[in-house]
Amino acid sequence: MSIEISRISKTFGKFTALRDVSLLVPDGELVALLGPSGSGKTTLLRIISGLEQADEGSGAIKFHGNDVGGSAVGERGVGFVFQHYALFKHMTVFENIAFGLRVRPRATRPTNAKIADRVRELLRLIQLEGLEKRYPTQLSGGQRQRIALARALAVEPRVLLLDEPFGALDAQVRQELRRWLRRLHDEIHVTSVFVTHDQEEALEVADRIVVMNQGRIEQQGTPDEVFHQPANAFVMNFLGQVNLFHGRVEEGKADFGNVALSPAANTGGTGGQKASLFVRPHDLDIRKTPEEGKPAMPATVRRVQSAGPVVRVELEDALGRSIQVHLPHERHRLLKPVPGEGVFLVVKDARMFVDDFSI
Amino acid sequence: MAQAVPRRRATTPGGARARNTPAWVRWPLIGVSFGFVGLFLVMPMAAVFAEAFRKGVGVYMDSLRDPDALSAIWLTVLTAAITLPLNIVFGLSSAWLIARFRFAGRGLLITLIDLPFAVSPVISGLIFVLMFGLQGWIGPWLKGHDIQIIFAVPGVILATLFVTFPFVAREVLSLMQEQGDDQEQAALMLGASGWKTFWRVTLPNVKWAVLYGVILCNARAMGEFGAVSVVSGHVRGRTNTMPLQVEILYNEYNFVAAFAVASLLTLLALVTLVVKGVLEWRLAGEAQDAEESTKGITA
Repeated sequence: MSIEISRISKTFGKFTALRDVSLLVPDGELVALLGPSGSGKTTLLRIISGLEQADEGSGAIKFHGNDVGGSAVGERGVGFVFQHYALFKHMTVFENIAFGLRVRPRATRPTNAKIADRVRELLRLIQLEGLEKRYPTQLSGGQRQRIALARALAVEPRVLLLDEPFGALDAQVRQELRRWLRRLHDEIHVTSVFVTHDQEEALEVADRIVVMNQGRIEQQGTPDEVFHQPANAFVMNFLGQVNLFHGRVEEGKADFGNVALSPAANTGGTGGQKASLFVRPHDLDIRKTPEEGKPAMPATVRRVQSAGPVVRVELEDALGRSIQVHLPHERHRLLKPVPGEGVFLVVKDARMFVDDFSI
Repeated sequence: MAQAVPRRRATTPGGARARNTPAWVRWPLIGVSFGFVGLFLVMPMAAVFAEAFRKGVGVYMDSLRDPDALSAIWLTVLTAAITLPLNIVFGLSSAWLIARFRFAGRGLLITLIDLPFAVSPVISGLIFVLMFGLQGWIGPWLKGHDIQIIFAVPGVILATLFVTFPFVAREVLSLMQEQGDDQEQAALMLGASGWKTFWRVTLPNVKWAVLYGVILCNARAMGEFGAVSVVSGHVRGRTNTMPLQVEILYNEYNFVAAFAVASLLTLLALVTLVVKGVLEWRLAGEAQDAEESTKGITA
């Protein structure tokens, strides 16, 4: 079931949560709405679910080509998973999962035996067999969120929506559950949209990422696309750590205070425009001596932190700008930079954005 | 007791602090507290029973079997029996309305719910006399249609309804606000109708708060004196509730009978206290659940 959103706007009083947003979620995909708080991602999710209504006359939402704008919350065939689980705390796990089937009108309600079968099947799917008699308060956060997911899936929704599903969990549980959700999606293939502010989570779980900011979609694409070919400065900045250098473009040449920072490509800028250069910490390398014929930027090592998957080195250049470099451990063992030491930085890759133009 | 404003108290973890307070400060304070409670609460209560049984169990029972006393007991029970269901319905609906919707006049409504607590009970009674009395706004019209409200049972019930209205509404409102509406939204999203959502999700979540409100409401309904006194007209055997009956008997120097009826109200107070204690314990659990479910425990 595809979701087609065209030109949706939403305002709360004077605050504009969504500005003319259009989005297509292809059938069976797992899409992440990624953005900082206040970017409109949760509002968009709630509008898809029917919990919130878009502004009058501001476009349409279609499920598989059918307009659902007029249908009520319960009629859209949407499964919704809340950040804080929203389990019915006075019901057992079994009753929680069975709820959506039990409240059906008598004519379409399955028999008790069929309901029990379905609940057991779902418990198997979420790997929590044997917990059906427990109450939500007797479960861990990760277990509760899986129950919430099973409850949403029990009614066989056409679309699954998840609002910061891992937001309330510990870092470790979150990691585990993320991978589990990905595997689960590969198994059941229901069109899913989840909201997150955690770029790592979005990159790891989603088929497609929709980056949102201030009520607009900044970019959408596969994790690879948004990470390696960010459309603009915001996306570059939001997805992963960056070193940011401010500069200007003069006659097609960019100047960021050091020759090593000047991109080879012609910028296309006419003159005097402001520009930003983004360099990811892992796209910088440290050299003890500058290489012949290659531009390098002198800098002083300030701090070295070698605990973790990469070695994080903080440096300061001649202009007093703080620069972060991530070195692989083997490279670090070779270089052994120490605080106070003068070294040279080599830029392996960088992206420049002139005003709103990118190269 | 009947004036008790419903407020739940969380148990304060003040143990560490208490241990640091020197004994010469602690013991006199404890002594004063117990002395005060003993002098002003326990002794009067004991006195009620002592006076009631002064002439023996036989006289005590006879005092309660007196037709006027029986009528007062019956009217009190009837008043409570009508007031409680109405307050449950009004309380639940207004609490739900205020907790779940944003509308013009919402703030005013919250303030108005508390009005009966702010107004002196005697004034509450007078309001009804001014409205329904013979000199009142719609009194003459009522008289023309042969309907009597003031100095009759309907007046007693209306006045009681007025003074007891906030109990259920306030209790339920605060719990509903604490719990939020995620569960209701989840139920609607799973295809439940509004009606089913109410019975299966909303009501079970607030049932302890409703009971708590009902207990306090009942104590107040049965014990109310001021408002009822103004509208009832003190007609023996017809419009006297138990508190009014106690006053009449006492003024007639019929102490044993007065204290016998009073002892029933005192018993009600004791039962109320016990039930209230149990409910507070349950409610503390509910509030903790609500908090936990938003934080999410990790195991």
